[in-house]
Amino acid sequence: MSIFMPNGAIQLQADVLVIGGGPAGTWAAITAASQGAKVILADKGYCGSSGATAPSGTGVWYVKPEDRLREEAKASRYEMGGRLAEHRWMDRVLERTYENMNRLGHAGYPFPKDDDGELHKRGLQGPEYMRLMRKLVKKAGVKILDHSPALELLVDEHGVGGASGVQTQTGDAWTVHAGAVVIATGGCAFLSKALGCNVLTGDGYLLAAETGAHLSGMEFSNAYAISPTFSSVTKTAYYSYASFYYEDGTPVEGAGSKRGRSIIARKLLEGRQVYAKLDLAPEEIKPLLRVNQTNFFLPFDRRGIDPFSDLFPVTLRLEGTVRGTGGIRIADETCATSVPGLYAAGDAATRELICGGFTGGGSHNAAWAMSSGSFAGEGAAAYAKKLGEHASGRNLQSASTSVITNAGSASTSKTEEIVRAVQEEVAPYDRNLFRTEQGLKGSLERLDGLWKDQRNQAVERSAVGVKAREAQAMTATARWMYNSALARTETRGMHKREDFPSQDAGQHYRLVSGGLDQVWVKPEAVNEKEVIAP
Amino acid sequence: MIEVVSESRCVSCNQCVSVCPTNVFDRGDDGIPVIARQDDCQTCFMCELYCPVDALYVAPDSEQVIGITEREAEQQGLLGGYREKVGWGKGRTPVASHDYMYRLSRYAKF
Repeated sequence: MSIFMPNGAIQLQADVLVIGGGPAGTWAAITAASQGAKVILADKGYCGSSGATAPSGTGVWYVKPEDRLREEAKASRYEMGGRLAEHRWMDRVLERTYENMNRLGHAGYPFPKDDDGELHKRGLQGPEYMRLMRKLVKKAGVKILDHSPALELLVDEHGVGGASGVQTQTGDAWTVHAGAVVIATGGCAFLSKALGCNVLTGDGYLLAAETGAHLSGMEFSNAYAISPTFSSVTKTAYYSYASFYYEDGTPVEGAGSKRGRSIIARKLLEGRQVYAKLDLAPEEIKPLLRVNQTNFFLPFDRRGIDPFSDLFPVTLRLEGTVRGTGGIRIADETCATSVPGLYAAGDAATRELICGGFTGGGSHNAAWAMSSGSFAGEGAAAYAKKLGEHASGRNLQSASTSVITNAGSASTSKTEEIVRAVQEEVAPYDRNLFRTEQGLKGSLERLDGLWKDQRNQAVERSAVGVKAREAQAMTATARWMYNSALARTETRGMHKREDFPSQDAGQHYRLVSGGLDQVWVKPEAVNEKEVIAP
Repeated sequence: MIEVVSESRCVSCNQCVSVCPTNVFDRGDDGIPVIARQDDCQTCFMCELYCPVDALYVAPDSEQVIGITEREAEQQGLLGGYREKVGWGKGRTPVASHDYMYRLSRYAKF
């Protein structure tokens, strides 16, 4: 083995290793365990509070199994998503989400009751949901490693066989050898401080790509959420009740939370501060809104602002692929990647299969997380079982592009500088939201340079090294994003090209990408049997 | 960002050290957690929510430290406000089960 093993290091064996402990990771873990697999779950932070879901409330794509309701649900984002979703995937995600939400009810999630006394299962409160998921993971006999980011995947000629990382609170190295690995590390929001998103730095994309796995839909990575300028709270749904104004109280023509979001961006680009107030909310629903998303009101209450009647300044905060739909390409129904032994779930995986290039934000992402998590958990458990005794005694090597070294032996002092440089390419609205060939090419030249700078730098197995790997992951993610955006010479879904402002029927395909030193992009046909007739 | 750890309220359970997703706290020598890496705070309010004795205060500003003191937070009745609204803690009902969740869904499609 080429892996360095300091004294006191944690070395474990499992059938399935799940990396990431948000909704997708926890569903993968309990599902794999229910198939008899020995499962370990490693989270970068704390399983139960980490990620975009835990601090939020979210709708869920929960639709009763009635043909008419299901067809309507499937059609809802289909056109907006640029017709890139597929029937079969929408069907099986709706089906599995329905089952899993019912399981949550049985497991004790406190759903409210409707007028008929039935449990109302169309949404989940993040803190409650993720606290329950942690409990279910433990009850399933899964070993949880908290504060344990993965730094590298371990591979041999047969595929992926484990991962290694560091426990940031103790400095101990950890290594898990596993028959199969599920990547459930979430999307990438580039440390924009969108609510709960600063642990979502594209780590899983990098880990997967280093083993040769592919990505898909990385051009659908320019989701921006409306938020007060001073706040991390990026819950955008309520802004459907907002009007937008300048400081003097005159309305911003055409601004809105959905289609009018571009107008807000253009005003902010001009250097004009935009303000909002939720003055379209009818009086009788105000108390309902307050209860439904308690965290939405927290920053206002604490600042003494009444968002229904006071103007407050807003910004658009980058949520990248968290609310975008790009991610690791799924190769089959078990959520396997193209690399044997490697699976992907949740926001780490592409969500084009259920919502195309339109945002996965809210109900679709929540449904995708719990269903793709379950699919991946089943797939990984079955794969590990098939390996049987071949799983042990493998000669595994690190797949990392950077050498991971003992703590204290590498210099990664430039990390903050690199992160800022990447943010300068992906955060500005005139680079990422409104894309042009010239802008994308300029960004890519600088991003390629940043990648080269980091490429041969050793990364230490410590909290400092974790940040260096995050910077690498964000750099790589930005390069897949912008190479894909350059290749799609049209406007489709959330991907907007200023120089190609309309949708081109000739580009009705998904874009698969990959590679590290040399990034490549190629079209992949949408299964024509799976499209919905116009 | 996290700004207040109330020494008088803290029971040294160090739940906040465990649950913080971005590892902002360190366990102090006296058992009381210290805010060791405030810059890493993502203002997600999870530490405050998990604190069983309402000893923490996360200011709503995610971009800068506002410098609120424990006394000010206490006087303004800010400690424990979020936990109460979420309905966590003895004798409380989780907001997740609130009838309004259902009633709002009849008005709005989020």
